[in-house]
Amino acid sequence: MRKALSPVPVAVVCVLLGLVALLAYGLASNDPDRGVDEALQRGEREHAPELELPKLGSDGTGALADYRGQVVVLNFWASWCKPCKDESPLLERWHRRMADRGGTVLGVDMLDVTGDAQAFISDYGLTYPMLKDKDGDGLERFGVVQYPETFVIDRQGRIAALRRGPVDEAFMRQSVEPLL
Amino acid sequence: MRRLAAALATLTLLLPAAAAARDCPRTSLGDIEDEVMCPVCGTPLGLASEAPQAEQERAYIQRLVDSCKSKDQVKRALVAEFGENVLALPGDQGGDDLGDVLVYVIPALGILLAAAGIAFAVVRWRRPQEPRRAVAGADGARLDEDMDRYDL
Repeated sequence: MRKALSPVPVAVVCVLLGLVALLAYGLASNDPDRGVDEALQRGEREHAPELELPKLGSDGTGALADYRGQVVVLNFWASWCKPCKDESPLLERWHRRMADRGGTVLGVDMLDVTGDAQAFISDYGLTYPMLKDKDGDGLERFGVVQYPETFVIDRQGRIAALRRGPVDEAFMRQSVEPLL
Repeated sequence: MRRLAAALATLTLLLPAAAAARDCPRTSLGDIEDEVMCPVCGTPLGLASEAPQAEQERAYIQRLVDSCKSKDQVKRALVAEFGENVLALPGDQGGDDLGDVLVYVIPALGILLAAAGIAFAVVRWRRPQEPRRAVAGADGARLDEDMDRYDL
């Protein structure tokens, strides 16, 4: 006759399996989405996710779709981020350069204190439109994993280039200029 | 008489200020930082030691504390800046009542289960071993012979 299993070891094994499953789920759900990176490596352009957020420091919302037909340099930043400070003058220069050629920089201030973000904008004289992603919704949609990150979106609303980290002149010339 | 009036006027001016000073600050950074998250770090603010975003959030909270905001007011200001996810304590975030209950119930159940398991194991360990039942009949005799052959 088969001996009945003791309930204690069974319970311990069940609890351990549950913990392992929970750990695996946690690791899997925290894995950043690299779909855009992979598509760009294959030479493909994925459509940019929808993005609609409150305007930073003013009423109303702004959306990526508002700029359909333009080249958009979508820059995710925060006021406490040192590399964001370094790249801001360059982005402002490019925004002015693109303005009469059907392009714009669109800033998304992520998980930031509004007053500090406005002080940052004032300090660096930034004139391009800004949205506020207060709870990280846009960050998740675009799979942003570090600060800053910049997505170059073509006139058809597709992601044409991506820089995880601060942009530089070479990136802008190589990735933005041909789209204008 | 004029001096008395002047003293009364001074007192009237000073009393509200003294009362306000007594009531302020109404909370402290240390009291709040364990109950809110550092949204970028993904940990409670109290555990996020030197992350720049955590430092910014602490400075923001300190400014609110210095301006005599209560703990609830500070939390509301943080929610306005960072959304509901900035609240670390279950129950602070609205909308997920079942989740808030489960956060407390599951650990309690785990502790109860562990305590029951330990008690069960201790009782089994302390219980004297039952003597082995003798094997009856021919099998018993054969077993005795076999055992005798071994000089244990």
